[in-house]
Amino acid sequence: MILPWLILIPFIGGLLCWQAERFGSSLPRTIAMLTMLLELALGLWLWFTGDFQLAPHPGADPVWTLEFKQVWIERFGINFHLAMDGLSLLMILLTGLLGVLSVLCSWSEIQKNVGFFHLNLMWILGGVIGVFLALDLFLFFFFWEMMLVPMYFLIALWGHSSIEGKSRIYAATKFFIYTQASGLIMLVAILGLVFVNFNNTGVLTFDYSLLLKAELPPATEYILMLGFFIAFAVKLPVVPFHSWLPDAHAQAPTAGSVDLAGILLKTAAYGLLRFALPLFPNASAEFAPIAMSLGLIGIFYGALLAFAQTDIKRLVAYSSVSHMGFILIGIYSGSQQALQGVVIQMLAHGLSAAALFILCGQLYERMHTRDMREMGGLWSRIAYLPAISLFFAAASLGLPGTGNFVGEFLILLGSFTATPWIVVIATSGLVFGSVYSLVMIHRAYFGPAKSEQALRGMNSRELGMTLSLAILIVLLGVYPQPILDTSAATMHGVQSWLSTAFTQLAAAR
Amino acid sequence: MQLTTEHFIALLPLLVTCATSVLVMLAIAWRRNHAQTYLLTVTGLVLALLAIIPALKVTPLAVTELLQVDNFACFYIGLILVATLVCVTLAHAYMEGYPGNREELYLLIILAAAGGIVLVSARHLAGLFIGLELLSVPVYGMVAYAFFNKRSLEAGIKYMVLSAAGSAFLLFGMALLYADAGTLSFAGLGAKLSADGSLSQLVHLGIGMMLIGLAFKLSLVPFHLWTPDVYEGAPAPVAAFLATASKVAVFAVLLRLYQLSPAMAGGWLNDLLSLIAIASILLGNLLALMQSNLKRLLGYSSIAHFGYLLVALIASKGLAVEAIGVYLTTYVLTSLGAFGVVTLMSTPYHGRDCDALYEYRGLFWRRPNLTAVLTLMMLSLAGIPLTAGFIGKFYIVAVGVESHLWWLLGSLIIGSAIGVFYYLRVMVTLFLVAPGLHRHDAPENWGQRTGGIMLMAMAGLTLFLGVYPQPLLELLQHTGLTAL
Repeated sequence: MILPWLILIPFIGGLLCWQAERFGSSLPRTIAMLTMLLELALGLWLWFTGDFQLAPHPGADPVWTLEFKQVWIERFGINFHLAMDGLSLLMILLTGLLGVLSVLCSWSEIQKNVGFFHLNLMWILGGVIGVFLALDLFLFFFFWEMMLVPMYFLIALWGHSSIEGKSRIYAATKFFIYTQASGLIMLVAILGLVFVNFNNTGVLTFDYSLLLKAELPPATEYILMLGFFIAFAVKLPVVPFHSWLPDAHAQAPTAGSVDLAGILLKTAAYGLLRFALPLFPNASAEFAPIAMSLGLIGIFYGALLAFAQTDIKRLVAYSSVSHMGFILIGIYSGSQQALQGVVIQMLAHGLSAAALFILCGQLYERMHTRDMREMGGLWSRIAYLPAISLFFAAASLGLPGTGNFVGEFLILLGSFTATPWIVVIATSGLVFGSVYSLVMIHRAYFGPAKSEQALRGMNSRELGMTLSLAILIVLLGVYPQPILDTSAATMHGVQSWLSTAFTQLAAAR
Repeated sequence: MQLTTEHFIALLPLLVTCATSVLVMLAIAWRRNHAQTYLLTVTGLVLALLAIIPALKVTPLAVTELLQVDNFACFYIGLILVATLVCVTLAHAYMEGYPGNREELYLLIILAAAGGIVLVSARHLAGLFIGLELLSVPVYGMVAYAFFNKRSLEAGIKYMVLSAAGSAFLLFGMALLYADAGTLSFAGLGAKLSADGSLSQLVHLGIGMMLIGLAFKLSLVPFHLWTPDVYEGAPAPVAAFLATASKVAVFAVLLRLYQLSPAMAGGWLNDLLSLIAIASILLGNLLALMQSNLKRLLGYSSIAHFGYLLVALIASKGLAVEAIGVYLTTYVLTSLGAFGVVTLMSTPYHGRDCDALYEYRGLFWRRPNLTAVLTLMMLSLAGIPLTAGFIGKFYIVAVGVESHLWWLLGSLIIGSAIGVFYYLRVMVTLFLVAPGLHRHDAPENWGQRTGGIMLMAMAGLTLFLGVYPQPLLELLQHTGLTAL
């Protein structure tokens, strides 16, 4: 019964926040804070008590750490089916943690309509947790689309208009249309899968465990896989579909950026790992070279564009595109090591990107601009903030000792045996990573100061947030074993699906 | 044909509705009183709605050559009566401020509803025509009801002229079909035409002309030109009726015709319908993009929505009939909700409706609950989960996938992506900072009035069906068409 509560808690908390606004603006914040802390606590409790050896594997009925099933729409054989394994749990922990942080980082930034803001924030998180738990494809799609609406409001109502005059509504609408249209393509693919299965077996079902057994003709499998891949590729984002991301990030309020980079992008990687690969292993194996090349393009394209930005938030946004390229390569490599690296990289990127966006937000609160041309020489003007930024920039470029290093290293190491050339090229992308990270630090914090006037230093809330993130990243960097243990079984399942398909593909050639 | 009690019971919803119209007319002649007329109308409509229950006991039953009362008909009768009831309730508050005679509007609405009931039970082209005219003619009057408003009058005349032209096409088409087949009943036509093997030139022409007539009533591209103007000009509750009850009835009869005369389906007609569907989806959505008038925007969006519905009509097998039922139900709910908000905003009548988008700027900060309703309706029109519209769209996509209509699905995806843009535009307008201009708002206590309660019920139902559609789906599984 705890699984539906994990989803319900944010939704109920959001409604409470909304109604609590009439009693003052700090009550919604407190309620939102408590909601997310409760969510995080539940996640941690599950982590300590759960058995994460249980995860779906090919060839057998999927087993889960926790499962919840309730008939929902009988007509189509749709169940309210939730289940959790190691991967979902880690994602939920990340969601809870970043939820707490996004409440904290909007504490002073958001001053208008506090209640409604937190309603939207909580509902995004609730929707995301739904995505991480849903095992019925209809339910998955339901949550996948549902989280768009509050995100849209978050960007459209509390965002900042950009320097070049692109409005926040433009960015929010672009975000919505990209994800909505690609989502519909996924819906068509889901229904295609369901009807193929229906024609074969006579059972109309949207259930994951039953659809895993669906026998698909190769051409159909490939097309359906593409339908899923496009939806995930837009959200990840993979390069030709990425153009909503910088706009949405730049215009979103800090909490919106944190959630977007930290969690929403991860739903796409999660979707690939949970649905696209196990449901269509053969087509995925066939598609892997293309996906990995797209990942490569993403790494370099993201890095180059990040380097060229003057808006600091857009820079971080493009760096996400670059990092997601590594994740895409890792996912399609079909090696256990690389897949484990993907998990670490997802968590580490979630933490470091969130931290960078929080820092950008704090910078914006002081400077009222995100334009790096207006900055420069800030090292001497703000206490602590530049140094902490430097740390996270280093984390983002994958310095050993941070979680990002572990993630990228595992991905590259794991993929090397199968696809050495792609890995060799991808590795040189790390150099670009250091270029844009350091350029960001250089442009914003070093060089001649524009004014001598000192800016407000970081208060304890701001310091607490960033330092705790820093500690977590270092922990992830020096002792990632607990995380790897938690996700091992799930990743082993994904890996066996894919490697079987790879062997078959190799044999067929 | 011998009429027995059973036949009268089957016809009870129609009979009650007609009796109500007579009663209302007499009551108006006796004493002009707004509240009394309204109460009479509502009572009559509720009784007609209740009369469906005994009628269901005797279905399916053919009543004369013209009508057939089956579960399919009963479902759509119910839908039409509910939509009419909501429109009447909305009209009540709206008409409070109307300076002219207020009572006749109710009379016209009941008559039109009776037309709708005849239409959805028609199994004969004559029944179809009678129903269609009984539905359309009162609507001319309703659209032009606020006749001292130039736009309303213009809309009324426009609708009348074009609608009459549409009817003429329809009638000519029927005549041509009759010339070839020698019968006017749907099933008879189907049997005769399929027996003939290849269709004659005359039949092709006849089908084409009938299609023009019906496409006009459904405002499908390229016969859509009247829609935005009429929607804009008509008083808001009338526009709600036009968008819901009237279109539902026409679509239901089209579905029955298409299903019972399978010879008409297939071949070039399917290709033509596909073209019309794609054009309606794309053009409807594209033209809605830049509208700054909410009623016009809803008009264009309804063109697109009927394009989506055509996808299911073209598939015409498997889930299609059920999907159309689901989609029409969700569409009716949502449109009533959206027009309901416009009506309440324009209540009481004050010369022109409050339909410019800028008048809705920042509504959230003044009327949060009303805004929540409109937001929900916009999301439902866009087909976002948690709302009924999503279930409808899900069904249409399911039907498309089931029947491998990839081109139509492609345009549906593109169309919804475009559609999202303007629905979001309306939505976000509601939440922006309000300008300091003079504005007209819904009365402070709108939520306590009948119209407001009705609107809240619509919103509640939209949400409920979005989360738990099973009851509706179960109901619809029993509403298949039965051929007699």
